[in-house]
Amino acid sequence: MSTAAHAAHPETTTGIDNRKVAIWAFIGSECLFFATLISTYLVYKGKSISGPMPADIFEIPLVTFGTAVLLFSSFFVVLALNGAQRGDRKKLITWLSLTVLCGLFFVGMQVYEFQHFYHKGLGLGTNLFGSSFYVLTGFHGTHVTLGVIWLSTLLVQAIKGNIPPRKALNLEIAALYWHFVDVVWIVIFPVVYLMR
Amino acid sequence: MSSPTAHAEGHTHPTAGTYVKIAVVLFVLTALEVLAYEMAHRPTMPLHELIGATLIPVLIVLSAAKFALVAMFYMHLKSDGKLLTSLFVFPIIIAVVVIVALIVLMAYWEVLH
Amino acid sequence: MATSALDHAPHAPAEKTGLWSWLTTVDHKRIGILYGATAFIFFLLGGLEALVIRLQLMKPDQQLVSPDFYNQLFTMHGTSMIFLAVMPLSAMFFNFFIPLQIGARDVAFPRLNAFSYWVFLLGGLFINSSFLINAAPNAGWFGYANLTSPQFSSGPNTDFWFLGLQILGVASIAAAVNFFVTIVNMRAPGMTLLRMPMFVWMSFITQILLLLAFPVITVALFYLMFDRHFGTHFFIPSGGGDPILWQHLFWIFGHPEVYILILPAFGIISEVLPVFSRKPLFGYTAMVFSGAFIAFLGFGVWSHHMFSTGMGPFADAFFSLTTMLIAVPTGVKIFNWIGTIWGGSLQFKTAMYFALGFIAMFIIGGLSGVMHSSPPADLQQTDTYFVVAHFHYVLFGGSIFALTAGAYYWWPKMFGRLLDEGLGKLHFWLMFLGFNLTFAPMHILGLNGMPRRVYTYPEGLGFEFWNMVETVGAFLIAISMLVFMYNVWRTRRGPATAGADPWHGATLEWAIPSPPPEFNFAEIPTVGSSTPQWDTRRAAGGQLPEPAPHSGEGIHMPNPSIKPLITAVGMSILMISIMFTHAAWPWWAMTLAGLAVMLYGIFSWAFEPAG
Repeated sequence: MSTAAHAAHPETTTGIDNRKVAIWAFIGSECLFFATLISTYLVYKGKSISGPMPADIFEIPLVTFGTAVLLFSSFFVVLALNGAQRGDRKKLITWLSLTVLCGLFFVGMQVYEFQHFYHKGLGLGTNLFGSSFYVLTGFHGTHVTLGVIWLSTLLVQAIKGNIPPRKALNLEIAALYWHFVDVVWIVIFPVVYLMR
Repeated sequence: MSSPTAHAEGHTHPTAGTYVKIAVVLFVLTALEVLAYEMAHRPTMPLHELIGATLIPVLIVLSAAKFALVAMFYMHLKSDGKLLTSLFVFPIIIAVVVIVALIVLMAYWEVLH
Repeated sequence: MATSALDHAPHAPAEKTGLWSWLTTVDHKRIGILYGATAFIFFLLGGLEALVIRLQLMKPDQQLVSPDFYNQLFTMHGTSMIFLAVMPLSAMFFNFFIPLQIGARDVAFPRLNAFSYWVFLLGGLFINSSFLINAAPNAGWFGYANLTSPQFSSGPNTDFWFLGLQILGVASIAAAVNFFVTIVNMRAPGMTLLRMPMFVWMSFITQILLLLAFPVITVALFYLMFDRHFGTHFFIPSGGGDPILWQHLFWIFGHPEVYILILPAFGIISEVLPVFSRKPLFGYTAMVFSGAFIAFLGFGVWSHHMFSTGMGPFADAFFSLTTMLIAVPTGVKIFNWIGTIWGGSLQFKTAMYFALGFIAMFIIGGLSGVMHSSPPADLQQTDTYFVVAHFHYVLFGGSIFALTAGAYYWWPKMFGRLLDEGLGKLHFWLMFLGFNLTFAPMHILGLNGMPRRVYTYPEGLGFEFWNMVETVGAFLIAISMLVFMYNVWRTRRGPATAGADPWHGATLEWAIPSPPPEFNFAEIPTVGSSTPQWDTRRAAGGQLPEPAPHSGEGIHMPNPSIKPLITAVGMSILMISIMFTHAAWPWWAMTLAGLAVMLYGIFSWAFEPAG
């Protein structure tokens, strides 16, 4: 027992891998991060002195489509993880690629949306709506981007054959982060776009 | 499903079919959210007044359902141990307290000033 | 005394010395010492700032320092003491002793641990570098908006402040994840949660507080950054923003922060008192639950820092009640400490002196705290020296006394040498006297109306006498610190013959050699109670031989790595680049450079073998 350091079967007090506990602890912390951003958005809702208001510029169909894409990406990464755990390399690579593509699409949609709003006169400092909206969705988008980078790195590893079943945990950790980012959007979408 | 990975998973592991069903339900719930939004904002839609008055609680319930489904099934909390669920639920409680407190305090502040 | 472990083949195979070994270390014990040494230097710096403040206030109508420099002094004194002294001194003990007390070989993520230290060092250096251009943060350690807006703080002072805190925040969160996982997942067999040492319990609760409170200030500091550099008005009234939002966000972090500062201290006292009373901790379970309750409730009291802002009777009453309520579990702890020493066989070593001093000083600080919990009373007390008295009694008389007790208690384990008891007692009495002379009169001055954060005061208001007394007291504290430093220096020159268990301790760290070998335990022990070392000693009839040295063969420890330091440097460059958004050259080039170094650090870290 004293010689076991970091084997493939870690003997932890809870039986759960350290990295899995760690990502959940980090996710718990991130809940407070996004709670603060969302609170501020809600506190300043309707308090803008001037400038474009949500009703003037939101494009619900586009955002709804992006929401659906992000939701499906969570489904895809579950399938990818399933593939990794079974040693099904093709399944892993296919679904992980699709996950990354969905993530890229979502970021692209956000970038397009931001540009569109900017051209309609909503800058970061234009009014409280602009500030709280861009900072909230911008931080979320940054988290999505970091997730895309993380998943892409794993995709490269998967293609190289470096994610056998005993290393599926690496993907599981990234997937948990990815699901969390999706879950945050599940809150942001109605709160920001639909509750008006 | 047997996996050599070392975590203590519960015995109730969702099947691929379950995951597909969850995906469909999530899509439907999202569609319902947008439908509720449209009903609240277009006078020509049926139940316009009712949904208009109750939009916020309706959206909260729908999004909470989506949140729970992703957490329990995709994030595997339902099958994993109670520890991980508490690790998630406790911060969410604090987060909700903070959100509600800030809204109430700042609204009250506005009224006074 | 038995021969020391150093007489035989000491540590694991490769004896590591030299600068590179320290830059790449991932050993929690070395990281702990790095934290301690660095924090101590910042503590001295913060103390120096305090001495200058006290010199300036010694007499009325003085101008030894300009008003603006005075603002820098009290801002940096507070910021340094909280973020660069007390928190990292606690981190020294988290690092060195959590793995030892739970019977583990290291923390869950050794490289992340090193990363946290380097980020702390870089953050501390960065924020203090502001003094070099006479632009140290000057808007108070709590940086109230909209004083911190570009209109009222146009210089770089506030940029140093918020960027420094953001950098330090990363260190705290990374360390919190690490210790949280370590405590949850790496305990020795038999060590259930309710058999953990109380220091581990209080540290555990502290990590949870860190994880939940820091994100709030992270967001608030980002909003401040956007206001100052990117044209937003989150806290600026002319753009619709409300400065009161800053106060809410800051104190939602700030109140849990003070529990982050005191809970590890509570844990240390709960270790020291039983050992030096030769009696188990009274009410172990109550101590656990009261600690948890304090932490949880700590998220519900924050607006007691805002009683004078006009929140209205509903908010005032709510926060007043929760604040009064939090005194209850705190009181439980005090009674349990008294219950621990009651009837014990008291060993009056220096560590015990500081622990007993802690109880007395913390009670006083707690009493003035509960006086603040009444909004009408607080309307007179707030922003006066009465508050300064309160928080120094709990943070100095509380945290610092406890950390000092921990230092004298654990010194032999860390360094294999016992600090001199004679000098230790002199340290105590000078510090105890100096501390009370400095801070007790502040209660009087506060109630007589002396405001906080004033660089001078006019003659004839009755403030002169006590201010002079306080300055004398402050210099007594300084002398006591010199005594301590002399003790450390002298001890270092002596032989390392402390032995594994000089105090007859109750917990696992005393079962291994002093200082411990790199791998800590030759064999991971099995634990049957919350006082395993006392159990072992009792089973051996009261006398324990020195633990046999072990070569460490067959025990595999993680490899050292330079990647945490590289990542820390990259991240710091990335964040510091924000200072230069108004510069003539493209600041974003620095951002990208920092990002590149950081990404290189992260990727090479992820792909190097952990060992």
